[in-house]
This record gives sequence, structure tokens and C-alpha cells, in this order.
Amino acid sequence: MANTGWFGRKSKNARKIARQTVDALPDGLWTKCPKCNEILFNKELEKNLRVCGKCNYHFKLSAYDRLVFTVDDGSFEEFATELRTANPLNFPKYEAKLAEYREKSGLDESMVVGRAKLAEIPIVIGVAEFGFLGASMGSVYGEKVTRAMETAVAEKKPLIMFCSSGGARMHEGILSLMQMAKTSAAVARMNQAGLPYICVLTDPTTAGVHASFASLGDVIIAEPGALIGFAGARVATQAGLINRPPNFQTSEFQLEHGMIDMIVPRREMKSTLTKLLQFGYREAANVI
Amino acid sequence: MSSSPLNILDFEKPILELEAQIAEIKRLTAEEGTDRSAEITALEEHRDRLMAQIFSNLSPWDRTLLARHPKRPYTLDYVRLMFDDYMELHGDRLFSDDKAMIGGIGVMGNHQMLWVGQQKGRDLKDRQFRNFGSAKPEGYRKAMRLMKLAEKFHRPILCLVDTPAADCSVGAEERGISEAIARNLMEMSTLEVPVIVAILGEGGSGGALGIGVGNRVIMLENAIYSVIPPEGCAAILFRDPNRKIEAAEALKITSQHALELGVIDEVVPEPLGGAHRNVEQTAKALRETIIRHLNELSTLTGPELAAQRYDKFRNMGTFLCEELTAVTE
Ligand SMILES: [Zn+2]
Repeated sequence: MANTGWFGRKSKNARKIARQTVDALPDGLWTKCPKCNEILFNKELEKNLRVCGKCNYHFKLSAYDRLVFTVDDGSFEEFATELRTANPLNFPKYEAKLAEYREKSGLDESMVVGRAKLAEIPIVIGVAEFGFLGASMGSVYGEKVTRAMETAVAEKKPLIMFCSSGGARMHEGILSLMQMAKTSAAVARMNQAGLPYICVLTDPTTAGVHASFASLGDVIIAEPGALIGFAGARVATQAGLINRPPNFQTSEFQLEHGMIDMIVPRREMKSTLTKLLQFGYREAANVI
Repeated sequence: MSSSPLNILDFEKPILELEAQIAEIKRLTAEEGTDRSAEITALEEHRDRLMAQIFSNLSPWDRTLLARHPKRPYTLDYVRLMFDDYMELHGDRLFSDDKAMIGGIGVMGNHQMLWVGQQKGRDLKDRQFRNFGSAKPEGYRKAMRLMKLAEKFHRPILCLVDTPAADCSVGAEERGISEAIARNLMEMSTLEVPVIVAILGEGGSGGALGIGVGNRVIMLENAIYSVIPPEGCAAILFRDPNRKIEAAEALKITSQHALELGVIDEVVPEPLGGAHRNVEQTAKALRETIIRHLNELSTLTGPELAAQRYDKFRNMGTFLCEELTAVTE
């Protein structure tokens, strides 16, 4: 392995850019909570894993920040970094959009996958990047998710997917739709191999991603207050849904209706995942 | 045939006007006992030329209108015409019987098979009864229950796709529409019997794909297969729903595009003017194509069928690979 550093040379740089973007606040000292308007000092907010101390609002995390908060220090090793987005439909202005988001996020695409350790347990992990075109699922996103699952099967490791998505990558048309089938079929292979697959749904997880691999975990966890549902916000508004309960399409709604196992606040995420891995990994070891 | 203007597309008008003219002359000659056959032949030739001209120049948006044509044959129309005998089965055994997702058994030549498909309604009352062809979670679970039945009895499966989208009501979310579709995608990839998918009209996004994972995917010439309706894409990406014609173009939703993108295996030609102008002919072409694919697949074992289907979808998507020197494994 050539890259022994934290994220490999290339990704380390990318991570730095991503952090700078996220941190680009007016005076760099404080952030206003979008939910309760409380003024939060950035140092405190950071210590609190970017959760509002007053109202428990969970700020969105960049993919690399999520990894820092989740896996064992220095254990992450990214793969599938050579994949680059094409414009198979020749969709108007797609290249410009991609360039814009590469600049903004410091990433090449909206999904990051790799090997890591969590509480010493070797895992494969994937994290969606909402800051890249709303974590929409195109060919590269789907391919990376699928490769993460195939790697888990090949190396007999558990898989943790931190899901997020605004929906399909419309610019890739019908090919983006097919990523739903591709990733879901890959989950079947994980099941056949008896390997644990844990989904963590973060804000927002909707549409094509929610209707595919994000709903197929052995255990499905959600962060508090996340938007989770089939119809994206715009589609739901267009459909003029009546009698919408106030908590419609939230983590709490999904828990109430039996669609997820639990809601886990960010500070308890690592310990919860550890317990689940200890249960599932032992099982997997026996099967194999 | 009396048609309300609502049932006629703009580009169909000149053809229907000519046809009305021909019918009127025929009626008059019958009444008067005169011979105007030369005139009729000329008009018919003119009509055929006009049709060929109009239908060889259809835009993706025109095809969208044809795919949604109020007279377009629906799933049950094809079921009645393609099967020598069929029977409908009902219910998901969990919640209810979805009227937008139908299914059952059928005999097509030498093949005993199981069929499922979305069903749209013809008139207002029927459309509401069928929920406009938008299936709820119970519909996808009903389809999966029936597909498992086919697997148990080693019978091939035919999925007939025609839906604008899956239902996204509060009830559908409460009962897990995402989970129902996701599970179908996963389970369909492992079925150890032949699965043929035929897209008949609207292949609307996840709602279509929820019964769309087949060893072979075929598509009627004027059907569309899209990740989002052109109107939705225009509203979101172009911030103007009126730019739907442009969006239909950009999304590459026609059968020809789907074929070129490797998403489908074959386009089944429709009669000139669209499937609704000759339902019997369309059903016959569809039936022949289905039987041909079934015969081809009959040499594969159960595990081979599942593997072929997996590989087919595994390879979908287009991306580039960059040679990296900084990060190597
Ligand atoms: Zn707050």
C-alpha cells in the first residue's frame, strides 16, 4: 500500500479544501443554528460533533468529517478514487456543474468509499457527500456503492453506509435510475455471503437512494430530525399531499412506522455501530 | 369512431381529418351508388405519406404524448390479446389488493407463465380506481409475492410496465414505498427463473424499475423510460416547467435512446401512428418477441439466469477511469 497517510496524499488535500468550505463562516468564530437561531461558538460546535447544544439540530457533515468522527484514527484508506464522471447523455451544462461542485467540495463525486477500522474491527465504509450536487446518485455514486459491497464480500468484512441523497442524478437520465437496481442487487450478494450491512440515514435521504440500498440494511439507523422518504421535497409539494402529519418524512416518522430500527444522536453513533458490529461480525465469522 | 378533442394529439389532427374525409366519401358513394374509388385511393395514399412523414419526425416530447395517449392500450388489453388463457390473482397477504398493480397466470403458446404489471384506467372513474397506474407498497409486495410463486413452480415471469410513477401519498410513505421498491430490486436480481420486462407506455422512474429487473428488457417503440418526467426535470433543473420539450430531449427517454444506452435489449415496432391505431398488431408483435426471448433463455439454468440478470444490471452506468499515480494500491 503506497498511501499510508490519513487519507492518501490526494484525498488529504481534498479534505482540507472540504473543511475550509464548510468552515467558511462570516467571522469564522460562530455559527447560527438554522433551527433554533442560537449563536454557537465554532469550537464548541466542533467539540459537540456539529450538533446544536441547545436544540440538538444535527448539522450536515462533509464525507471526510463524517469519517473523522466515525472510524478509528488513521485507519481510513479510500478506494475507487480513479472513477470520474462522464456525460453519457451529453446533457446541457453538466460538465460545468461538475466542475463547479468539484471546486466547491474539493471532491470528485458525491460518494466516498474505502476500508477502515471501527473499534479495531475491519470494515468497508461508504459516505455520501451532500455538498456535491446534493449527493445525487449517478453512475459513479452507484459504482462506488457497488464496489464497496463487492469489496466487503471479497474481504469478508461488514459494510457501513452513511447514506444521503436528494435523488437521482437527472443529468445521467435513465443510467442514474439503473444504479438503484445495481446497488440493490449488490446487497443481495452481501446477504448471500452472510455479512453485516448497516445503513445510517442522514439528512436528507430521499428518492432513488432511499428506494434502493439505503432501505436494505440488516439494521437501519437514522440521525435525529433527518428528512427521509420516497418522494423528494419538490415532488411531494407538486403532488399536493393532503393531511400530511407534521413529522412527515422525518427520522421520527420512519421510526414510528417501523421503517428504521432506531434514531441515534451523533455522539452515540460510534458506540452504537460498535455494538452492532460486534454482534454481526461474530455471526459473519461463523458463517464463513 | 367518435373522438373527443381531448383524445387527439395535435400531430394526429391532419391524419384524422383526412380519414374523416375518406369515410365521408365512402358513405356518399354507398348512398349514391357512384364510383369514386380513384379519389379514395388518392386520399388514402396522401394519408399514408402524411403519416409516414409525421411519424418519422417525432420529437421525444411527441413520443411522451404518445406513451401517455388516452387511447393507448394498457396492460390488461395486452394480457387479453397476448395470452391464450389467463387468470388474475389478488392481494399482497399483508395489507390489501392494489388495483394499480395487477398480476396472475397465463398461457402463451407453449409457455405457462406468471405476469404482473401496472394498470391504468380508461375513463375518469376507472382512472381513480386504478390510482392512475401508480402502485402503492402493497402493489410492489403483491408483485413480489406472485414472482416468488413463479419461482416456486419454475415458471417464467413477464413484467408489463406502464406507470407515471409509484404512489407517493402519505399512506404509501407510512407503509414503506421505498422499502417495497428496494426489496423488489434486490429480490428480482436473485430469481432463478426467466424474467422478461416489457415497457408498454410510461416507464416512470423507480415505480417502473420496481418490476423492471429482467434478463431481457424490451420496449414498445413509442414507450418512454425516464428517471423523472420531462415536466419535473424542467421544473427542477431548468426552473421552468414549460421547458418540458427541451427536458424530454435532454433526458434521452425514447426507446431508441434506451437501446443505445444499453438499458434495454430490443425495441418492438408499433404500427404507423402508434399502438392505439392497431392494438391487435402491437400485441402480436409483442407476443412474438416475448416468446423468442423466452425460447432463448430456456437453455439457462436457474443460477445462470440469476447470474446473467445480475451481470446485466451490474454493468449499467457510464464513467471514466483516471490513471492515478499519487494513490495506488
Ligand atoms: Zn439549535
